[in-house]
Amino acid sequence: MKPPPDSAPDDNSPGVPGFRTWRGVYLFVFIVFVLVVGLLALFSRLFA
Amino acid sequence: MNLLDWIVLLGTMVGIAAYGAWHTRHTDHLDTYLKGSRSMRWGTIGISVMATQASAITFLSIPGQGFESGIGFVQNYFGLPLALIIVCAVFLPIYRRLGVYTAYEFLGQRFDAKTRLLGAGLFLLQRGLAAGVTIYAPAIILSTVLGWRLDLTILGTGLLVIVYTVTGGSLAVSLTQKWQMAIIFGGMITAFLILIARLPHDLGPGGALHVAGAMGKLQAVDFSLNPDKRYTLWTGIFGGLFLSLSYFGTDQSQVQRYIGGAALREGRLGLMFNALLKIPMQFSILLLGALLFVFYQFQPAPVFYNRVEWQHYASGPNGATFQALEEKHAARHAAEQEKIRAWLAARNRHDALAEPAARTAMLDAQAATDDVRQEARAALLAIDPRAKTKDSDYVFIGFILDQLPHGIIGLLIAVMIAAALGSKAGELNALGTTTTIDLWRHFRPLAAHDEARNVRAAKWFTALWGIVAVAFALFAGFSENLIEAINIIGSIFYGVVLGIFLVAFFLKHIGGTAVFWSAVISQSIIFALYFLRHRFPVLDFSYLWYNFIGCAACVGLGLVLQMLMPSRNHTKKI
Repeated sequence: MKPPPDSAPDDNSPGVPGFRTWRGVYLFVFIVFVLVVGLLALFSRLFA
Repeated sequence: MNLLDWIVLLGTMVGIAAYGAWHTRHTDHLDTYLKGSRSMRWGTIGISVMATQASAITFLSIPGQGFESGIGFVQNYFGLPLALIIVCAVFLPIYRRLGVYTAYEFLGQRFDAKTRLLGAGLFLLQRGLAAGVTIYAPAIILSTVLGWRLDLTILGTGLLVIVYTVTGGSLAVSLTQKWQMAIIFGGMITAFLILIARLPHDLGPGGALHVAGAMGKLQAVDFSLNPDKRYTLWTGIFGGLFLSLSYFGTDQSQVQRYIGGAALREGRLGLMFNALLKIPMQFSILLLGALLFVFYQFQPAPVFYNRVEWQHYASGPNGATFQALEEKHAARHAAEQEKIRAWLAARNRHDALAEPAARTAMLDAQAATDDVRQEARAALLAIDPRAKTKDSDYVFIGFILDQLPHGIIGLLIAVMIAAALGSKAGELNALGTTTTIDLWRHFRPLAAHDEARNVRAAKWFTALWGIVAVAFALFAGFSENLIEAINIIGSIFYGVVLGIFLVAFFLKHIGGTAVFWSAVISQSIIFALYFLRHRFPVLDFSYLWYNFIGCAACVGLGLVLQMLMPSRNHTKKI
């Protein structure tokens, strides 16, 4: 038998300290991604 | 390998499999069997997603990639975090809201039965063809290096994964993957630390990074717009986004990992965990390869890293040629080491005049050594045109066997086998689930109400796919080219499948009949492009483009066909 589907699938509270919405979490992940790419570019330049 | 290595290897592998099978032995609810426990938290989901993607080849080949070509391959993963954000925001909430077991079930609810069958069929065809390779690829490397019998290696790993995947289903897969990833992380960190410790003392980690960088191994980001370059920031972001969206959003082996769990939040956090960790993880594995390159600059290095194959040919009638190549390589390798030390000395004394000349001499010496390695490959091919000349996959395993202490060797071999089992388990679980839900239940709708019968069917189908995979690995007689062929097969199907899902999510006015025929036509176009590429040279481009063309054709034709079709209300509320 199938379980009941999520009652509030678009629930906008991630339950992560410091984040009130999922948009905030996605933005954080995106900023970390940009930061990681920047650090990798810096790493390449440092050891070129 | 000695007795200690065998104890560590068998203890970890059998122990994890037995743990998974024992803890899930009473899994008789269809929902738990196919989706895992509803109490699964984000950590377990995140690890499971990571373990399904990371096969043994990840840990055998990627250090070799870093060794051979540097760490630029990390750009291949740049689209992944962006794709996972899209999956979290768009795909996952809809899968959860509909309570589907498979991604293709969603296609049935959004469009119609024929589109669902088409999506499931394309997945089964593509994954089914690839099924043997995930067992075969690591088995051929491990059996070659360790002297194990290939058939027994395939049977041993294959049967082990079948037993616990069939017994416990999705929950067993996730539980075992958690411990397998613990072994993988522990083993890889240990190998990294030992490698650092084995670098020459006067060099140190900082010096090693400077040597690797000067020899072109540390260009992680390439901003070039040159289309001939395979890995750049742009191909990584756009190509990687496309591939990752297709893989994480529509491939059941991944979808199954994150649609279970206690709540939507757990699946989302599990995916965000991967979005944050994947690039640093791949960077670390590639960096390990680049540091292995530096390590072998200061150690006696073989001319060809698949030493078993080299010895096989060197002990034949052309032994003198091979010995001459070994001696030539040893001389050039020694000269290269001397030039590296000269460059380091100039650099350390901040000699701005001598340093550029020393660097040029070092790079020339490196090119001269690479020339001998090319000659060695040519010599192998001259004797046997079917000889496997890609030896970079053997660099890391060779380091493990030569340089690591006993016990740790067993642990690192366990890493490779754990990775093989983890990815294989996710794959079998997905194949069994899709066959049960999208084919068996579709053609036997009355059986859907008998839960026990559904679980039995899912177990049988999972076992059947496992046996198919093992048989395929045993009898297909793969070659390296066939492994690449499996990647080509994936690209042939991925684009169209992604196109169907993009229409489903974003173009709500397009109905089932339009998308079904657009997918059939698009898939036919891709087949035509593939099979006519030798007859028409203009069609002979990289197979990676099939992903884009298939998706664009499916979406574009879907729009056109919908406009041409008689006006009806095609939209279902999803």
